[in-house]
Amino acid sequence: MLSIIDLGIVRAVNHSEESGETEIVITPTYSGCPAMDVIRMNIRMTLLEHGIEQVKITTVLSPAWTTDWMSEAGKEKLRAYGIAPPNPRQQVCDMKLFAEESVQCPRCGSYSTRRVSEFGSTACKSLYQCNACHEPFDYFKCH
Amino acid sequence: MSNNRQILSDYVLHLADNALILGQRNSEWCGHGPVLEQDIAITNISLDLIGQARSLYQYAAQLIGNGATEDRLAYLRDAREFRNCLLVELPRGDWAVTTLRQFFFSAYQMLLFQQMLHSSDTTLAAIAEKSLKEVTYHVRWSSEWVIRLGDGTEESHNRMENALADLWAFTGELFVPSDYEKSVADNGIGVDVSSLKDNWLQKVHDVFNEATLTIPTTTWFQSGGKEGIHTEHLGYLLADLQFLQRAYPGMEW
Repeated sequence: MLSIIDLGIVRAVNHSEESGETEIVITPTYSGCPAMDVIRMNIRMTLLEHGIEQVKITTVLSPAWTTDWMSEAGKEKLRAYGIAPPNPRQQVCDMKLFAEESVQCPRCGSYSTRRVSEFGSTACKSLYQCNACHEPFDYFKCH
Repeated sequence: MSNNRQILSDYVLHLADNALILGQRNSEWCGHGPVLEQDIAITNISLDLIGQARSLYQYAAQLIGNGATEDRLAYLRDAREFRNCLLVELPRGDWAVTTLRQFFFSAYQMLLFQQMLHSSDTTLAAIAEKSLKEVTYHVRWSSEWVIRLGDGTEESHNRMENALADLWAFTGELFVPSDYEKSVADNGIGVDVSSLKDNWLQKVHDVFNEATLTIPTTTWFQSGGKEGIHTEHLGYLLADLQFLQRAYPGMEW
């Protein structure tokens, strides 16, 4: 299972011996990410289950989240699940109009794929299809 | 509230309202887009804009204090209290109007946020840093549509020409600062929007060149939105947006 640590959403964990408080610092992938409230709640629940009651969750926007913070293990998990993991960021920053990133099909490994839409089922993904095996798939886009 | 704080909260509300109103307007395409993939694209852009609006409203609520919340600011203010530019409240029109308006606005937002990275207000700088990455995608997507339709068929070209005729008079307002924008720009907190116009025109020029469109020569521009004087369209949009909170105050789900 892909964790919020794999995704690079957890930026820091601070524990104060003095006050006994544990602070979890998180950052959203996209401004409008609708999962943030659930993520906050699940962090709190998980820590409670482990007996950690004094929890503070802080959301930060800067430095802005980037797919470069995603762990290699996390990228592998995405691929195994059928979602193409993000390419390194420098490929996308100054991409020319109508240009397409070369994205590898997570099913058959072919690079002969085409972009169906820049925006996919969630803000962080775009929609691709493989020309070799015809599998439609999500690509976790560089950010 | 001190005068400086009042001016800053006006400015933050202006930025938030721009994002919220265009996000709400674009979301009207949900389930009605020309093809499924583009329906998803425009609603994803809506989501980004509404996310940016949330960050800004949260900050404005903090500045205003006195029980203000992001929800109250979005759902319980009347049209005259909204400070968004007129451009973002205009009806969604056809696909040409929607994509051309998005291009005009995203190109503006990109230049705005690039400058705001240097704001002495660290909250605004952080929101700009976050938003800029999203806006980069919006500029590319909308530029491609302006070119695709402008340099497409006779029908699509005419639609773009009509969209341009409808929208152009509303672009000038983006670059004419209101009093609160002037104050925050002087303090190094906000951006001097008048300084963005040349780069914006250059960007429009480059995309129009490929789209076989011409920048209109008219110099008269509509204004008023930043001071709360809106078109008749905003009231209807707010009626839709605010209905639930007006009918069932404090409703959560």
